[in-house]
Amino acid sequence: MAIDVHKALAYRFEPVVVTAERGRLAFFAKATGQSDPVYTDLDAARAAGHPDLPVPPSFYFSLELERPDPFCWLAALGIDVRQLLHGEQSFTYHAMAHAGDTLTLSSRIVDVAVKKGGALELLTKQTSVARGGQPIAKAVSVIVVRNPEAGK
Amino acid sequence: MTGVPHSDAGSELPPLIADQISRTTLALFAGASGDHNPIHIDLDVAHFAGQHDVFAHGMLSMAYLGRLLTDWVPQERLQSWRVRFAAITPVHARPTCTGRVVSVTDGLATVELTVTLPDGTVTLTGDAVVDLT
Repeated sequence: MAIDVHKALAYRFEPVVVTAERGRLAFFAKATGQSDPVYTDLDAARAAGHPDLPVPPSFYFSLELERPDPFCWLAALGIDVRQLLHGEQSFTYHAMAHAGDTLTLSSRIVDVAVKKGGALELLTKQTSVARGGQPIAKAVSVIVVRNPEAGK
Repeated sequence: MTGVPHSDAGSELPPLIADQISRTTLALFAGASGDHNPIHIDLDVAHFAGQHDVFAHGMLSMAYLGRLLTDWVPQERLQSWRVRFAAITPVHARPTCTGRVVSVTDGLATVELTVTLPDGTVTLTGDAVVDLT
């Protein structure tokens, strides 16, 4: 099913307000084979000048998934999560964040593009991360929606 | 700040060879990353979607690239980075992350990033801007 471009661009995401949890960051380190103790050991993090375990560079993507139903916006736009591919991802940083920080993530869809006669649709979602009004990071995701029936 | 290596255009980052990705890796990463899309952890769903098996989250490979960068410089030196997911990473793959400095301008290094599988498949390409001042 083709994505309604106007509906996508107008979609209002509820902001995600989430506290980066030390245990969760240690779990993320384990799951990604991280052996640098700065990301798992509070003493090592403090010795490296951090107030707590640092939020690693790609973890902002995960923080946005902390909304109660992280895929609800896809369902609202008629997109089947099983037909998704992650096309591109970028992060730009303004300041470091650490375990214990409460962060607000605000998202919107900024572009919808149709490729291959509708067989692929590309959604670009931009997310701003802030801590009490201070910008921390910006994340941009390009999501590829496969429409195998298009053009048949 | 400390731990910033001297680098010129053409410098290679020490490569990072990840462990082989098992189904356990994918289950742990689903939980730790919060990406519970069943296509990565449930064979029935993968089959329904026309895949012959589950495949790894793209963000798992991006996390490996993050390790490549933070093994090289302290994280606060990383200003921005972007990747394109070029190919699916199958379960049992063993990704290798590489980086090469392509330019250094006013202390800002542009690093070309690649993730490759042993059969030569390039799964991610991208670049990072790192403050080396």
